[in-house]
Amino acid sequence: MSAVSATAAAVEGPPAYNEDVIKKFTLATVFWGVVGFLVGVYIALQLAYPQLNLGLEWFTFGRLRPVHTSAVIFAFGGNALIATSLYCVQRTCRASLWGGPAFANFVFWGYQAFIVMAAAGYVLGITQGKEYAEPEWYVDLWLTIVWVSYLVIFVGTLMRRREPHIYVANWFFLAFIVTIAMLHLVNNAAVPVSLAGTKSYIVWSGVQDAMTQWWYGHNAVGFFLTAGFLGIMYYFIPKQAERPIYSYRLSIVHFWTLIFLYIWAGPHHLHYTALPEWAQTLGMVFSIMLWMPSWGGMINGIMTLSGAWDKLRTDPVLRFMVASVAFYGMATFEGPMMSIRAVNSLSHYTDWTIGHVHSGALGWVAFISFGAVYYLVPRLWQQPRLYSVRLVNWHFWISTLGIILYITAMWISGIMQGLMWRAYDSLGFLQYSFIETVAAMHPYYVIRALGGVLFFAGSLIMVYNLWRTIRGDLRTEAAVQTPVRVAAAPAE
Amino acid sequence: MKFGHHIFERNVIILAVAILITVSIGGLVQLVPLYTMEQTIEQVEGMRPYSPLELAGRNIYVREGCYACHSQQIRPFRDEIERYGHYSLAAESLYDHPFQWGSKRTGPDLARVGGKYSNDWHVAHFVDPRGIVPETIMPAYPFFATKALRFHNIADHLRSLRVVGVPYTDEQIDNAVRDLRAQATGAGDVEGLLARYPKAVVGSFDGDPSRITELDAVIAYLQMLGTLVDFTVYEPERDFR
Repeated sequence: MSAVSATAAAVEGPPAYNEDVIKKFTLATVFWGVVGFLVGVYIALQLAYPQLNLGLEWFTFGRLRPVHTSAVIFAFGGNALIATSLYCVQRTCRASLWGGPAFANFVFWGYQAFIVMAAAGYVLGITQGKEYAEPEWYVDLWLTIVWVSYLVIFVGTLMRRREPHIYVANWFFLAFIVTIAMLHLVNNAAVPVSLAGTKSYIVWSGVQDAMTQWWYGHNAVGFFLTAGFLGIMYYFIPKQAERPIYSYRLSIVHFWTLIFLYIWAGPHHLHYTALPEWAQTLGMVFSIMLWMPSWGGMINGIMTLSGAWDKLRTDPVLRFMVASVAFYGMATFEGPMMSIRAVNSLSHYTDWTIGHVHSGALGWVAFISFGAVYYLVPRLWQQPRLYSVRLVNWHFWISTLGIILYITAMWISGIMQGLMWRAYDSLGFLQYSFIETVAAMHPYYVIRALGGVLFFAGSLIMVYNLWRTIRGDLRTEAAVQTPVRVAAAPAE
Repeated sequence: MKFGHHIFERNVIILAVAILITVSIGGLVQLVPLYTMEQTIEQVEGMRPYSPLELAGRNIYVREGCYACHSQQIRPFRDEIERYGHYSLAAESLYDHPFQWGSKRTGPDLARVGGKYSNDWHVAHFVDPRGIVPETIMPAYPFFATKALRFHNIADHLRSLRVVGVPYTDEQIDNAVRDLRAQATGAGDVEGLLARYPKAVVGSFDGDPSRITELDAVIAYLQMLGTLVDFTVYEPERDFR
């Protein structure tokens, strides 16, 4: 860079970033997170105590379950992704958001309207009946408009960047936005019964619909809950650790292999079904290959701490982020293992799958989001630091305990249920009736709900901490742990 | 820069197009052949579109999110076949928009629940599941019994399904409301109904022929699940895939 332009940049200073909309998305992340966790606790309790369905149509498990899944994936996760991506893209491009504040505000309010319309529909029984794609046709159309606007803002901001290179986090965010658009449009193709009514029929049917649905469903995991959150990892871990990304080359290799392989993995949700076997086999093989780029991302995230490992003891925000990447590594080992047909024959249809999803959702997605939110709030509201770092520590340990209770309960109940279904007695009869396997689940459902309560309680601690931070309060407190001074050389 | 990756890092459009191509390949390879290969769906005897009442019941099944806890897909394992019946065929969900195979068995598989329990059992079980099966954790659905079924526009539903490929005839669409009434009450042109929808189970499902409730529709749907295909003439070897 020439001396003249360097001076010009210094005079100009950083552009006026649009932080107002980031603040809104951050608050929405926290709000919907709490709502989603609370509904999750409630439906977990319904499985342990079915009287909680109340015999009223609006409170049954069947209607509340999509409220929980959509609230945590699309409302909590979605707002976290939009907040962090729009924050990251401005700073790594040194450009303010394309389209100005009004367009960004449209995306914010449009996205919240999508969430409210979808959730209100589920409670009233308006659903397409496709997992993670339950919103009906009119909500899908609205989301398409909002999502394309988000894409336009993101790409527009990348185009006006004042940096020669597009930073790696933005590759992941871009892949996430583009792929979700593609999946959404194909999987939700539907014909409404009447333009004045809510009901529609999906264009696809039977085995083809199953394949389309899990092509969508698994890549909602792969691109919404993985690629997007890897974008968060690639910006916020280096910032919080104050260390550069471990390997540039690894980031390139694992980016392209991850997005290429993920899209093939859907059929592992359909092992031993009426889906043709060639498709099942493709799904299994690509799922196993996916292990490698997944761990490439994990290694790149964790090894970014090289030379800064001591911060794990003193900085609970960084600990959230690193623990999330560790959970990511665990879940992306477990996933390929469960996609092996022989393992899947036991695990499928059981709680093992639920446990697997939650080690990813609670451990990876929620933890990296908590880390990013703790990073963002003091900076957005211009406070010197969080109100209390010790409360972050409490949040971390309570949530971690909750996750451990949750996933161990589901491992046990899932494997037990799978084994009970296939158990034969010495006379060659099925040993257990179905209802006996249901009754056997009860203690584990109670433990799982307890884990959920702990996770929810942790999020309330976060809300309190963030509220005090935004108010401008600073708690006088001792450091979480005094760094241990290790002598670099013998004393004498 | 050695691998020339800067092309993608310096141009947003090239990066976006490269991403779109990369993520399209897997889906194209897995989805397109399912529509073009003839062996994808078996040739079987007996499959037919849902009768209007069964369709109304299926829509309630979808509305209540039953798929969150019940699968409709029996895998070809000894224990599943003994517990639930013949493994599921692709042909059996040919007219399912959307498919309801499910992904979790908090409750049992329902792919072949048709005919396994009496109508009275279903009525009592929906109204108070724990009155029938003390350990069950299924929600109670007492409101099915009290809510009148809305079916004034059921012909529009058949018409929409025809747009997406279900082979409803003009005759079936014209008679949709009458067929629904006949199936739910046993009165009217039952013969015509059975000609249009062979094997349809007819009767007052909720035990009260004076009115047509959501309970009538849901039970009519459950009672036909998995009963259409004639397995006495089905040859699996022919469909080896």
